[in-house]
Amino acid sequence: MAKASELVTLTAAQMADKLKKGDISSRELVEAELQTIDSAEPTLQAFLARSSEEALAVADDIDTRRAKGEELPSLAGVPVAVKDMIVTKGIETTAASKILEGWIPPYDATVVTRMKNTGMPILGKTNLDEFAQGSSTENSAFHNTYNPWDITRVPGGSGGGSATSVASFETPLALGTDTGGSIRQPAAFTGTVGVKPTYGRVSRYGAIAMASSMDQIGPCARTVEDAAMLYDVIAGYDDHDSTSIREILPSMTAAALQGKNQDLKGLRVGIIKEATGDGFEEEVKNNFSEGIKLLQNMGANVEEVSFRHFLHGIQVYYVVMPAEVSSNLARYDGMRYGLRVMPPADVPQTAANMMAYTREAGFGAEVKRRIILGTYALSAGKYEEWYGKAQRVRTVMIQDFNKAFKDFDVLVCPTAPTSAFKIGEVEDPATMYRNDIATIPANLAGLPAISIPSGLDHNNLPVGFQILAAQKNDELMFRVASALETAFNKKWGAPLWAQLKTPWLDSLSEE
Amino acid sequence: MSTFTKEQMKHIGDLASIALNDEEIDRFLHELDSIAESISQMQDIPTDNVEPTTNPIAIEAYLRPDEAVTPLSQKDAIAGAPVSEAGMFVAPKILGEE
Repeated sequence: MAKASELVTLTAAQMADKLKKGDISSRELVEAELQTIDSAEPTLQAFLARSSEEALAVADDIDTRRAKGEELPSLAGVPVAVKDMIVTKGIETTAASKILEGWIPPYDATVVTRMKNTGMPILGKTNLDEFAQGSSTENSAFHNTYNPWDITRVPGGSGGGSATSVASFETPLALGTDTGGSIRQPAAFTGTVGVKPTYGRVSRYGAIAMASSMDQIGPCARTVEDAAMLYDVIAGYDDHDSTSIREILPSMTAAALQGKNQDLKGLRVGIIKEATGDGFEEEVKNNFSEGIKLLQNMGANVEEVSFRHFLHGIQVYYVVMPAEVSSNLARYDGMRYGLRVMPPADVPQTAANMMAYTREAGFGAEVKRRIILGTYALSAGKYEEWYGKAQRVRTVMIQDFNKAFKDFDVLVCPTAPTSAFKIGEVEDPATMYRNDIATIPANLAGLPAISIPSGLDHNNLPVGFQILAAQKNDELMFRVASALETAFNKKWGAPLWAQLKTPWLDSLSEE
Repeated sequence: MSTFTKEQMKHIGDLASIALNDEEIDRFLHELDSIAESISQMQDIPTDNVEPTTNPIAIEAYLRPDEAVTPLSQKDAIAGAPVSEAGMFVAPKILGEE
């Protein structure tokens, strides 16, 4: 029997390999992760709910089937955590909002069904900014999540729980959702890998809707290969999602493995000029330059490319996103599920008043702010000036990307302008929104994008390197990311996470 | 210049079906003004003859196969209802005097 701390620091690919060879059982693995969660949660608070019993039952089932000689998928028996923005049948799902507190979904999201069919034990549901609205996980209605690299700092957001759980070895893999950077920015802040697939590659059925034209589920992991393996499980056509792309997908795992040979000869890489200038910390830029050198060493041709409207992305986003939010969140009306708050006695006890008081009590400040902004953007007299204009500028941005991808295979820039900031440090919404300045354009244009760790700053905090590819070219993104990750690891002598101090692993029992 | 007025904010709250309190109205007035100012910068980008984007990936509409599937049962569908009775959602009064 291996030590729990040795099991949980394996990559998902290593876990899968050891399970296949019979070196370890899925039960051992799940128990080791549950021990880690018990030990780490008082400090990090990455989870909102745990599903330990269900996870152990799946693990036992997989161990039994494997013992009988059944041929199982690669990730069978490898545990996973799920952002609480994705519905799980029988497991409380809240979107970190009071308005859904206690809700037990009667169905599974398609991605959850696929992971269950693969035999992946689900450890629990991870924390987030309420309805995935925020960049620090401070907007959760329940509690903060703390960055494992420095617990006085945020883990990013909205998917701070998934990123922290992966970074701290509570799970090898997690699912996130990314509407403006909610997978990639937390990955950058926690030294992990986060992927937003091409829009339509992963089914949104069962992802609680935030801004439907940009929402996309994707993997969080510690390595590019692990992220690719989870991508291969969750992606593909689903007739429950009308925006799902009907195509047979190539293997992302194969692309990631190919990348490890570090051959990028002739690859045309464009540096997004606007995302390496003002507002980006010097250390972030220096760190980014290290990655560029490594790409060049592997044979890539790197040039700077200017996007005249890249920085307008944030303005377009803060019209389109709230507009879609205000429409999608209209469903929380106290009628069919979730919270119901009746008006005070001196107010007529009507359905309309019940809705208004329920929504006032159930939504947090940021969610209300966005609903109000979106309602305004869609209101008579403002629709064309705000929403119509934003959707047209969005088209212009997509045209700019299409043009750039004629000259470049991938585009690169830092994932976020800064490393993780202190809890409570950013109070002004506009400043908080600027965190997503480099991640938003991929959502507006439906592009695949990945963040991988590119080093630490002087505060010992991780920095992220972002790679964007053309629509439906996710496999190229994985290949390049894997090559760069391999180059970074060689330079450092070990993956970045080897430098993370993990006191919560020291106390784990030796079995 | 202020984009929003207090009355307007109350009206938007009504449209959004949120019973905002006075403190929230004041706070959102201030915050939304600064957001509106930032958003107004995109008005300078020329977009004549540019179509709006609703879905970043163009997909042709298609019909799903016309096959019967089992939907949620009535029991499952109302399981999360705040109030239910005899397999039905119970709602407060919808019609009649305010």
